Amino acid sequence: MPKLTLEELEKIREEARKSIFIREQGQFKAKIIVHMGTCGIAAGARNIMNAFLREVEKRGITDVLLTTSGCAGLCSREPMATVELAGQAPVKYVDLTEKKAQEIFEKHVLGGQIVTAYALGIGSEKTDL
Amino acid sequence: MAVAKEKLYRLHLMVCAGTGCVSNHAFEIKEALEKEIKRQGLENEVKVVTTGCNGFCERGPLMVVQPGNIFYQTLTVKDVPYLVEEHLLKGRPVKKLMYQPPEEKTPVPVLSEINFFKKQVLVALRNRGLIDPEKIEDYIARDGYKALAKALTQMTSEEIIKEITTSGLRGRGGAGFPTGLKWQLVRNSPSPNGDKYLVCNGDEGDPGAFMDRSILEADPHSVIEGMLIGAKAIGATQGFIYVRNEYPLAVKRILIALDQARQFGLLGHDILGTGFDFDIRVVRGAGAFVCGEETALLASIEGRLGEPRPRPPYPAEKGLWGKPTCINNVETWANVPVIIDRGGKWFASIGTATSKGTKVFSLVGKINNTGLVEVPMGITLREIIYDIGGGIPGGKKFKAVQTGGPSGGCIPAEKIDLPIDYESLTEAGSMMGSGGMVVMDEDTCMVDVARYFLSFTQDESCGKCTPCREGTKAMLDILTRITEGKGTEEDLTLLEELAHTVKEASLCGLGKTAPNPVLTTLRYFRHEYITHIKDKKCPAHVCRQLNVYSIDPQLCLEKGHGCDVCRRNCASEAIIGAKGEAHKIDQTKCIKCGVCYDVCNFGAVRVD
Repeated sequence: MPKLTLEELEKIREEARKSIFIREQGQFKAKIIVHMGTCGIAAGARNIMNAFLREVEKRGITDVLLTTSGCAGLCSREPMATVELAGQAPVKYVDLTEKKAQEIFEKHVLGGQIVTAYALGIGSEKTDL
Repeated sequence: MAVAKEKLYRLHLMVCAGTGCVSNHAFEIKEALEKEIKRQGLENEVKVVTTGCNGFCERGPLMVVQPGNIFYQTLTVKDVPYLVEEHLLKGRPVKKLMYQPPEEKTPVPVLSEINFFKKQVLVALRNRGLIDPEKIEDYIARDGYKALAKALTQMTSEEIIKEITTSGLRGRGGAGFPTGLKWQLVRNSPSPNGDKYLVCNGDEGDPGAFMDRSILEADPHSVIEGMLIGAKAIGATQGFIYVRNEYPLAVKRILIALDQARQFGLLGHDILGTGFDFDIRVVRGAGAFVCGEETALLASIEGRLGEPRPRPPYPAEKGLWGKPTCINNVETWANVPVIIDRGGKWFASIGTATSKGTKVFSLVGKINNTGLVEVPMGITLREIIYDIGGGIPGGKKFKAVQTGGPSGGCIPAEKIDLPIDYESLTEAGSMMGSGGMVVMDEDTCMVDVARYFLSFTQDESCGKCTPCREGTKAMLDILTRITEGKGTEEDLTLLEELAHTVKEASLCGLGKTAPNPVLTTLRYFRHEYITHIKDKKCPAHVCRQLNVYSIDPQLCLEKGHGCDVCRRNCASEAIIGAKGEAHKIDQTKCIKCGVCYDVCNFGAVRVD
């Protein structure tokens, strides 16, 4: 059995962190919410979610939070996702495909540029009146 | 060494697999979750992780969904399909499985918003609920073995000891000896052939205490890393973890952790390529309370009878096989890596002037939120019992809290604003001990409590020295007499005299502290002893021999219509009356077992 060196220990730490970071209540740079109500799931939201998940995994990113929520109320435009960069208003994307999801991840989540072509609008409905 | 790549999952379900939740079927719930996740086709998105004790044992089995920190409680296998479909598939957290505080109308979804967790500060339990204790990679990801790397490559032994001294860390096993000073003493002690040993005391024997068990179960690597750092500081080459065999899960997980550490080369020869050698062996104790005493523990490791011996010489000079030995308890070791990683000054910034850092307590007894809590030193009893513990069940009045296990003392309700540290507890007649905290309400008889704890220590007395062997027996006889209504006022004088003698003259900590419950209850609840002796009454109706049971004929007839349940259940045939008539107790036949009182559904049986 080869001995573990200091460098290898750090490498293990780095690699292991990539799989467990979601357990910690840390600061996330961005949050992606895939809407997974019955309508969303029927329209293929699961594939969209997996597309985002693959992007996170592929790039070994530890500060993007991927989560799901229920129906967003606009069932005809599913699958939908909301991207929220820290300190910015959330942006809703509609009629998604895996390819669009990839593009949104690259340009908006990582690059900070809203992909207006797929966006429905900025902001959320009021919840307290 | 090749670095394994872990698959990324969208959700981690952190299922508590501490002993408490496991005995509530946590593993069955885990299996059901995995099955259901597969059935819903989510096995590539959701991962089920078993963790150590989460602490909120009262509400087990527990599960936390990450990310989101959504806290589910009192789960059953039946809840699993709905939970998986709603939360995991459709993204709708399930309200009915969340924790709802007794006084609130809506559940609290997020763990960190729940009062039980809010005031806690996690140092020794830093990884609780966040890692799989059987995976070394999880520990490493949470900065595990980082302090070891620092200690081995950037620090001298003196610097390590200095850092621990700066931190103000004191032994978490009971006596509160400064850890840095102990390490210095062992380091300075000469050893003819160079051998020095290091021991982790995991012989947690206090009834109602499970701090050390939880740490060993939830985060075994934190103890191993602490010991490795200690070994470098004092120059030890072999360590021992002494753990009770009654802790099967703790034993299993520490053995797995040791194997993994060896595989990774974090134990054994030339650790991290620094030329430092150290290994650890597990020794299982057979469950004798006295073996928690350091000299008895060392004798037990050597294969001799687990009996204490006079000190000095202290183990720091002559310990295992006559060699200098450093012995600290589980929680103390678990604190060490954080101190080295974050610095002694940081640790010393938490706590009070003389007691630094945090302390883990197991909160049990008459308390709403039974569980394991870690709080900064200096926190008041009120904060622990009411804010974290959620107060006393059934709206009953808080009467006292026993700290420090069977050899600690009872602190009365008047002292509820006492800040917790080593000195304040000792001053109040109790002690920190290893951190057991038994809460008592108005229905508790303090004489009976003293008798109960003394019966434990008397039973566990090894019998080597006369004051402890004979003294605790004589004290127990007196207490039993008082609870049976046969006590006299002279008994109290004798009891106090005996208590002081046993405390003074006993050989080891067991005898020296065994009289504490008696002395503190005499100090704070003397009136209860007097009532038992003079009035032959037990105000809390706990001492059954002093109770007089009677049946209210009116209630029995009007409400219960002479239901006859009491008569049928009376083993001594002391109840007279036919069905439909008011019943009566024949006091000459009554053996005061209290069964009639327990079975009457109409409150017709009275106890005076």
